[in-house]
Parts: sequence; C-alpha cells; structure tokens
Amino acid sequence: MFENPTRRDLLIAFTATGVLTPALAQHVHEAVSEVKSLDQGTAYKPKCLNAHEYATLRKLAEFIVPGATQAGAAEFIDFLSSRNEKMEQIYTGGLAWMDQEAKHRYGSDWLSAKPADQTALLDAIAFKKNDTPELRAGIRFFAWARNMVLDAYYTSPVGMKEIGFLGNQVLSSFSVPDEALQYALKRSPFANS
Amino acid sequence: MFQIQRTTTPADVVVIGSGAGGGTVVKVLTDLGINVTLLEAGPMLYPNKDFKEHTLPYQVDHRGSGEHAESYFGQQQWGYFAAPNGYWDIPGEPYSVAPDSEFSWFRSRIMGGRTNHYGRISLRFSDYDFKSYSFDGLGTDWPVDYAEMSPWYDKAEEFMGITGTKEGLRTAPDGVFLPPPPPRVHETLIQKAAARLGIPVIPSRMAMLTKSVHGRAACHYCGQCGRGCKTASAFSSSQAMIFPAMKTGKLTVITNAMARELILDKSGLVSAVSYVDKNTRTEQQIRCKRVVVAASACESARLLLNSKSTLFPNGLANGSGMVGRNLTDSTGYSLSGHIPAFENMPRHNSDGIGGMHLYIPWWELEKKNKDFPRGYHVELGGGFGMPGIGSFHGAGNKYEGYGQGLKNTIQQNYGATIELAGRGEMIPNEHSYCEIDSTQVDRYGIPTLRFHFRWSDHEIKQAKHMHTTFTNIIEAMGGKVTGIAHPEREAKGVSVGGTIIHEAGTVRMGDDPKKSALDRWCRAHEVKNLYVADAAPFLGNPDKNVTLTIVALAWRTAEHLAADMKKGDA
Repeated sequence: MFENPTRRDLLIAFTATGVLTPALAQHVHEAVSEVKSLDQGTAYKPKCLNAHEYATLRKLAEFIVPGATQAGAAEFIDFLSSRNEKMEQIYTGGLAWMDQEAKHRYGSDWLSAKPADQTALLDAIAFKKNDTPELRAGIRFFAWARNMVLDAYYTSPVGMKEIGFLGNQVLSSFSVPDEALQYALKRSPFANS
Repeated sequence: MFQIQRTTTPADVVVIGSGAGGGTVVKVLTDLGINVTLLEAGPMLYPNKDFKEHTLPYQVDHRGSGEHAESYFGQQQWGYFAAPNGYWDIPGEPYSVAPDSEFSWFRSRIMGGRTNHYGRISLRFSDYDFKSYSFDGLGTDWPVDYAEMSPWYDKAEEFMGITGTKEGLRTAPDGVFLPPPPPRVHETLIQKAAARLGIPVIPSRMAMLTKSVHGRAACHYCGQCGRGCKTASAFSSSQAMIFPAMKTGKLTVITNAMARELILDKSGLVSAVSYVDKNTRTEQQIRCKRVVVAASACESARLLLNSKSTLFPNGLANGSGMVGRNLTDSTGYSLSGHIPAFENMPRHNSDGIGGMHLYIPWWELEKKNKDFPRGYHVELGGGFGMPGIGSFHGAGNKYEGYGQGLKNTIQQNYGATIELAGRGEMIPNEHSYCEIDSTQVDRYGIPTLRFHFRWSDHEIKQAKHMHTTFTNIIEAMGGKVTGIAHPEREAKGVSVGGTIIHEAGTVRMGDDPKKSALDRWCRAHEVKNLYVADAAPFLGNPDKNVTLTIVALAWRTAEHLAADMKKGDA
C-alpha cells in the first residue's frame, strides 16, 4: 500500500470540523503534487512471474511508456497476475510468445536481442494493421500490455503530474482560469463572437 | 419451520427501505415527533470508512481495478472507488427477464440506498408532466397537478440544497436554488455551439451545496460525488435524513432486514411485516400500526405481489391489477466527441461539483410535426478527469504504437473529449412490466421478479433525435464525433431498459381504484394503513430524473400520514 497518512489525517480533520483553512488546502495540494517513485526496484520480489519474465516485462513496459518502470508498471502487472489466473495466463503466455518469436527471428529471446531487433518485433505487434494469423496472439498481447502500462503510468504520481491532473483537492471556492478559457475560445469557431 | 420471532408492541410506523423515499418519510415523521422503525435490506453505512472520495489510484496496489483485477474482465459491477451502493447482480438474489425482453435491474443494499452515489440531478416535473394525457393524449394524468406539487418541491429543494438559476422555462420549472458553480471551459463552448443551433444551455440543478445548508458543510469541490461525500455536501438520504433522525431517539433502525411479506389482520389492515434477518436467515415479524413501502419501484411491487391472502389473491392492494405494470426507465443515449480547440489546453483543476455545471433542458416542446412525443434533457461531460483504470485505453487503441510518440499524443488530447448524454421520457406501455416468477425463489425463499420490457417507436425515434442533436453540437464546436460513449449499454441505439436506473410506475396512484393501486396520497385504495413512497406511484417518467420528485411526493405522503394519525385514522 502507498498510504499517505499526512494527507488522510488532514482530510479526516477537515471532515470532522467542516472548516477549510488556506493552509490545509495548500497542504493537500502539495500532497497531490508530490512525486513519488512507486518502483521498489530490486526490493520487489515478483509474486507471480519468474525472474526472466519479470525482467522482460520491465523492459517491455519501459518501451511502451518511457518512465513506466519507475511508475511501478511491472509491479502492478505482476501483482494483478498473482491475483487473477486469467491475467497470469495473459502475461506468462504473452511474454513467452515474444521470446519464441524473437528466437525464430533473431536466434535469442527478446530481452537478449539487439535493441533494433527488440523494437522491430514491437513495431510488428503494436498495430492492428499488421494482423496475420502468425502475429495475432502477439498483437492481442501487446494491446493488453499497452492498456495496462498506460493505466499504471497515468495513475502513478509521476504520470498524474506529467499529464497535469490538478483535481481532487479541497477548495473553498471553484473558478475557471480565464487563460484556459481564452486559449480554447481562440482556437474554436467562436473566436470572433 | 423455525420459530418466528414476533414483537409484542406494534410500532407506530414501519418504513421499508432507506433511499430517497424512505429517508424522506423517516425525516418528516421523526421531525413531527412520531416514532418510526426503519427496515433496510443492506448493512449500516459508515461514511468515514466506506467513502473514498479522496483516495488516489496509486494509494492501492491494484490502482482501482479491484483486488482481483475485476475491472479488466468486466467483473466489477461499479467502480472500486464508488460509494457502496448496490449491484446489477447480487449473489443469491436472482431475477429473470422474459425471452423477448432486455432489462437490467440495479438494486441497492445499503443504508441510504442509491442516494449515496446517484448523479444528484434535481429537476422538477413540469405542469404537462403531471397532466400528460390531457397534454397530448398519451399516458395517464396524475391525480395531482404542478400547482399542488410546487410547495412540496419547495420543501424538498430547501432541505436538500439544489444549485440553479431562475430561467422561466416551462420545460424546467424554477425552484428554490443555491448559487450555481461557474461553467467549465468545455461547458462554455458547448453553450456557444448550442446557441448557434437555437438550443438553450442553462446552469444545472444539482443536489450539491455551494453554501452550507442545515448544518451540512459547503462543497469542497473535490469532484468525486459518485464516491460518496464524507462532508455530506452532496445530498444523500443516509447522511442528511437518516443519521440526524437516529439522533432524535425517535428512530429504530434494523439493518440486513429483507422484507418478505406484509401480513394482514382480520379487518384487512397490515398488522405486521415479515422479514428475513440476513445474518441468521431467520424469519422475524415486526407488528405495526401502519407501513410505508419504499423499497424502490420494482422491489415495492415485488413485496406487494408476494403478499397474497384470501382477501388479496393477486397480491396486496392489487384489486386493480396495476401492481407491477407500467414499468418505465429513462431513455439513454450518449455520444463522445473530440474537440481540437481543447488540445494542449493550459492545465487547471476542472473538478467543481461532481457533475455538470450546465445542462440542456428540453427545447422543442412547442415544435410542430416532431416524430416523437415529449422530450429529453442533455447532460454535459468533459474536462480534466482523474486518471484511472481505462482512462487511456481509448487513446491506446486508437493511436496504437508505443513510446514517446504515444505519450505525446495522450498529453495533447487529455481533456479534449466531451460527452453528451441524453435522458428522455418513456411513455408507459403494456409490454413493460414485472411479475412474480413462480419458478424461482432467492436465497431467503422469497419469490423473485421476471421483467418484460420494450421500448416503443416513441423512444427509438427520440434516441435518433439525440444522435442528430449531439452530432450537430460537436461539429458546431469544430469537433468530430468519436462514437457512442457507453457502447456496453447503448450499442442498439438506445440504452438497455433499467440501465439508466430510473425505474418507476409499478404501483401507480390515481383517483380511480379500478385503474390504480394507490390514492392521491399514495395510500393503498384497498388497505388504509399501507403507503408507498418511492418512484412506484409515478404515472409517468418524464425527462427529469426521478429523485427530486420521489422526495417531494414522499414528503407530502408523510405529512398526510401524520395528519391522519393525529385524527386517529389508520
């Protein structure tokens, strides 16, 4: 768990009193903005995948979204694979498919392949337009992995900060910045109305 | 059979169900000093423990996909972070759907019912909604009119706290309003686009407090009302009505109590409620002087239909045969659109209250030569939503690829999607009803419901009108339609019945006992100490979500019940 007791305690204090101080609002804001790594690196012991599978997954996640490993993507996927047999099958099967395909093409598993060969295989399975009976299982697996790496990255502190999510705060009033409104209006069909 | 536990002293009033209707009856009666016993089929709610409106996805290992990755396999019935509310499928509590029908039945099993999570859209019904047959020859007139209901709406709004502005529109009658929050960027642009099409966009009427009301704190704009609200700034019957009533000493609450049957005495009055204590699966009986059934439209009908006796072989208070009939839900249809003007927009907190700040009330009431009757309202969605499981699957599947390029595309398009969702009126029809399925009982031995449901041409054509309207608005914004926003329920061009969760009409009221089960006070024509207080009494299901009218009508019913008690009736 990645609990943040400071933030939670503050919110309990707020809900008990119903009074919002500027200091509290600011503190909550900072708690949201704080960037934490969810990657426990070597400290994390995979619960489901073996060492090779897990190393392969980390590499794959980093290709899909640069920064995803630090955002805990591999840990997230391994954790859910340990909780759901269908998920386990998708990842152990999909990662093994990548290794088989790499051995067939390059004579080594995917993780040991040259960087250009690694991306060549990804380029083949990252697009539905490449669909052939031979590639279909790989394309389906990649779509799963892409969705889940996107989930992991953008729900992490670093991903939320990067995309610019500034909500779920405690505010005493709500307003819309004029800068944003003018930006959109200027680019819209209502620029001169 | 096991021994039945029966209370000795009859309760003055037993209320069955703790949602909008039951909560209102509890509040009104306890405020008047009357003792009430409340039966709720689910557990007690503990907002500080149960509500998660300030949990961020990374604070749980599964990021909100569920302890066993349920959301990835379509097994999560409602979002992980959502308020505990209810389910489409409840283990051990099945229902069936006739072969020629599609219907999904949402049921709450929690103190406060659906009001813990609902959208809190709070629209008064219009004059023509109460007199629909007189208006256009379809449906049935209510035994009450707008003038009679208006003061009850005043009470409901003043107590719940509803945002809004006075607009003078016949399709959106004005009420008692709190100041509305300012429109978000996408809402302002939708308003400008709609203006070019002659479509009005006005501040929405939502049960969230922009000012403190009745001791409930003002909204703190965290934008997650659907997860429940620890400060009770978003209305729920549990926090605003039932918890305060518990403090009066006038309310006895019995949770995990699944009502099985209403039992009559020799004179034909309800003398006891039989219920199953879910913890022990034993039958209990609570004696009562009067009972208010507020279990939700279809559960209320089920309870009456299951209460058979020599006097009422077809179900209690069902001499008219109307119990279970006239089942309606709102129509639903939604489109998403991509709006280039919003790409790379300066980031800001667009949360506000948890729902739309502006909406579109029906605007073609007076238009001649429409190909469908009545109308719909439009709910506006968009902004910088909290990233969650699935937020970027659409982008991943659309843009494909991987790496920095995919990231840049997602960055550019975050907040550039809007959603327009129509919620429209269904005219009751003879093909839509629920009945007891004699082949099946639930885990408590209670016979279950079978649903029959069919949209008519009216609703199908209305949904097509929604499609055209939404397309026009999105294109007038310089955008492009990206598809149906909720294909899981709207793939056939209109929502599956029940999925908008606005069921109504199954124990209808009226002045004629041959055509209605309840009188003008929502008291059974045939059983003078039996009342119904949810959406079951409704004669129609206008394009104005049911909750505010449930509260207003239940308030009126409760005050009438109290007056009867004072007179010594029932």
